[in-house]
Amino acid sequence: MSERTTYRPEGIDDAFVGDGGTRTEGAPAPNVPALGWRGMLRWTWRQLTSMRVALLLLMLLAVAAVPGSILPQRGQDPAGVLEYLGNHPTSGEWLDRFGFFAVYTSPWFSAIYLLLFVSLVGCIVPRAMQHARNLRGRPPRTPARFARFPALAEGTTTASPDDVVEAVAAHLRRRHTFRVDVAAEPARAARGTGERALPARPATRTVAAERGYLRETGNLVFHLALVGLLVSVALGQLLHYRGQAIVTEGRGFANAVTDYDTFENGAWFRPEALRPFSLTLDAFSSHFASDDVAFAQARDFTAYVSVIEASGDESEQTIKVNHPITVDGAKIYLMGNGFAPDLTITDADGQVAFAGRVPFLPEDTMYTSRGVIKVPDVSPGLEQIGMVGYFLPSAVVAEDGAARSVFPQPDNPLMVLELYTGDLGLDDGVPQNVYRLDTASLDPVTDADGERIKVLVRPGETVELPDGLGTVTLGQQVPRYVALDLRHDPSLAWVLTFSLVAMAGLAVSLFTPRRRVWLRTWQDPQEPGRTRVELAGLARGDDAGLQGEVDRALAAVPGLVAPHDETTGDAAADADAEGVAPADTTPAERAGEHDTQDRPTNREGH
Amino acid sequence: MDAAYLSTLLVWASLVALTIALVAFSIDLARRTGERGADRARELAAAGAAASGTAGTATSAAGSTDAGAGPGTTQPHPVSPDGAVLPPSGRAAGIAMSTTWLGTALLLAAIVLRGVAAGRTPWANMYEFTLVGSFVALAVFLGFTLRRDVRFLGAFVTGLAAIFLTLGLNVFYVAAMGVQPALQSYWLILHVGVAIIATGVFTVAFVASVLQLLREARDGGAQLLGTWYWLDRVPNPTSLEGLSFRLNAIGFVLWTFTIIGGAIWAEHAWGRYWGWDPKEVWSFVIWVVYAAYLHARTTRGWSGTRAAWFVVVGYACVLFNFTGVNLLFNGMHSYSGLTAG
Ligand code: HEM
Repeated sequence: MSERTTYRPEGIDDAFVGDGGTRTEGAPAPNVPALGWRGMLRWTWRQLTSMRVALLLLMLLAVAAVPGSILPQRGQDPAGVLEYLGNHPTSGEWLDRFGFFAVYTSPWFSAIYLLLFVSLVGCIVPRAMQHARNLRGRPPRTPARFARFPALAEGTTTASPDDVVEAVAAHLRRRHTFRVDVAAEPARAARGTGERALPARPATRTVAAERGYLRETGNLVFHLALVGLLVSVALGQLLHYRGQAIVTEGRGFANAVTDYDTFENGAWFRPEALRPFSLTLDAFSSHFASDDVAFAQARDFTAYVSVIEASGDESEQTIKVNHPITVDGAKIYLMGNGFAPDLTITDADGQVAFAGRVPFLPEDTMYTSRGVIKVPDVSPGLEQIGMVGYFLPSAVVAEDGAARSVFPQPDNPLMVLELYTGDLGLDDGVPQNVYRLDTASLDPVTDADGERIKVLVRPGETVELPDGLGTVTLGQQVPRYVALDLRHDPSLAWVLTFSLVAMAGLAVSLFTPRRRVWLRTWQDPQEPGRTRVELAGLARGDDAGLQGEVDRALAAVPGLVAPHDETTGDAAADADAEGVAPADTTPAERAGEHDTQDRPTNREGH
Repeated sequence: MDAAYLSTLLVWASLVALTIALVAFSIDLARRTGERGADRARELAAAGAAASGTAGTATSAAGSTDAGAGPGTTQPHPVSPDGAVLPPSGRAAGIAMSTTWLGTALLLAAIVLRGVAAGRTPWANMYEFTLVGSFVALAVFLGFTLRRDVRFLGAFVTGLAAIFLTLGLNVFYVAAMGVQPALQSYWLILHVGVAIIATGVFTVAFVASVLQLLREARDGGAQLLGTWYWLDRVPNPTSLEGLSFRLNAIGFVLWTFTIIGGAIWAEHAWGRYWGWDPKEVWSFVIWVVYAAYLHARTTRGWSGTRAAWFVVVGYACVLFNFTGVNLLFNGMHSYSGLTAG
């Protein structure tokens, strides 16, 4: 367990964590699994929390998400799934077996993102602890050799080393961007040979400075916020409920499971979560474009509702697409609308067999709407009647009798009914879809030539049904209905918060430069009265502004004499540590953070 | 002549200007390559004389890799030859830059007029998306040229923009009109606007990464690229990678916002913030690919060339998300104004 403290996941070791050297030579090589299960576990954990595996899991996640956009999914398009299974019986069955019709809840998709998050936690927690220590730490000591650093500068000044150190430290401390340490080194005799040789040097003063701790903080905040996001989404799944209700003008519904047409809830949902409010649809209005370019395109839908909250408070509100209302913590959305004509049907004996509003579902942009009426046998001995109706809001009847709607608004409503007689299956006790008529045990009503009879009814009219089956009456007013979605998800605020925190952390970590600057200065033994100054810079990741930072620090030295030479070319050649871009031949005035290129600016481009 | 008609006319005009720019940029690249070859021959001759080594002939020098071009450099892709100050810009470069500015300005005017004609923000369907996306890519490029010489990107950025505009005019075009209720939200401005900016930024970054890959392949001695001398004129792979990274970082943050904004909007419009609609799936895939790219760049053995491939894959996903997802899949994002096929 003692190795815990020194262990760092492969690939992320940070040149900054080392002792100020230019690069950390390779992460600890992944251990060959030691004998025994503990070694095995440790090895697995190391692999899992390595950057390489995170990368592979991310790629896997991207690939695994794709099939769900190509194949129909149960959650989004159940009818499409059935159709696919019908068209591809064999392959469909296999795809189904492996969860390809519910990709995002499938075991393999879940396994990928859960592993990714385990990896993330395993990677980020040790990093966070390391960062917490760094935050309290000081900038690393000034390294002995500068030559290998990606950004260098040097100069000569008439100021004393003490003044140089003081001025540069003050410059770096300004605006609190840098954490700065000032130190002194005693005189040193020459030592070492070859590459590692260090010449003799008099006593020096040094500055060690570091900025951009926020970069790592942002990165950690970002990753941890992703974990928070995942957890809050999962909680929302467990606690949420969602219901759909169709409400016609003048009618209402109460927030109770039984009042919804469909209702769906998470595993931890309790019915007490439904606050007892009620809602009435006072009116519905729609508006469609009538110009040539966008003819009949929807422009506005508004539902005017009265709400009585659980507390007894009453209010009038409007629901629009894009503008749900919130009642007692639940959001209510306007998801659809249509016509719910009032129909009264009497049977052959003159008894009212059916009376009520029937929601017709719009099937095209002109609101040609289809509905089904199931007329039970009220008078003994009569057959049941089934009707399939088309409601045309703005009907135009052609010469051959074919009718169609030419505008979505009810300018000239017409109802076209086809009739069936026989057994509707109402008495079997099997719940039926109110929008479908099962014609298996029904016979169409036809005329003498065997043509199906179509019954046309206009609002306010009563029309005789063929074969003396009875009459049908269409109400004078055609009420509208709205399809409302009601949803309650207590995790929404958390989901939003974690997303925004993640984005903020991301931006901070990507755009905060993390830099170290060192300075060493000493009295030039050859030239009394002259002080030598050398600076070096190191950055984390790509940082085109590093050389500018070093140059600015040099410019802060008082009393500079000769223009300093650029000596960075060779250093750049060596500086391949952790993607540090070579900062070549960069003049001091090129100090912007977002320098893009290695060649001197050429502005006469246009 | 109404605003909508004038707008379309301006798009055509912009397309013409950009095509001229494309040709001029290509000529400029070729011209510079010629001079470069001559430079190189001189350089090598000098180096050869100094080191009494065997300098190549002018032809083989121009065609060969950079390695060993400058004495005293130890890295595989020396900076010095590229770091040389460019020859003063010639006529072709001047024409290229001014026509790019002109084309971009015309495009901006076309976009504004389109908004006037439709009476709303001019980015609500694929046609308008191509206009604005091309404009952003051009603007990012032009913005860069103000600070730095990135003319080597010009041929590619104007070329891509010209392709996009041609596609837009011929395939995606729809008449200017208002939008359906689901789109009537300020999120149209924010979510779609930021998505387009992100796409424009990703486009320029993609160009940089492709150049990086080509340059790397050529430096590595790829036979096929042997005669693509103009590649010697683009910066070295390391600085191309840096340029691509900085742009991709910006693009990635914008894309993150696009997704968050989209989720907020979906929560308002559709009653759920995430529903694995095809557009959502592909936006997610893009996000994950670019996240993988950022991780690749910090992973030993994956930075450099491999990371650049992530950019290529990521950008392919961006294009597919825009075209394929709109045209092939039937999702809730079917706002292209075209019918799904
Ligand atoms: C849900 C999965 C993950 C996502 C979506 C994700 C996303 C990101 C993104 C967008 C960045 C770029 C921000 C930056 O550079 O600071 C990033 C950086 C980083 N990620 Fe992740 N990450 C995930 C998992 C992981 C895992 C499992 C690890 C550890 C093995 C990890 C380690 C890192 C590190 C160390 C950086 C900083 C790289 C640098 O030095 O710039 N991430 N991640």
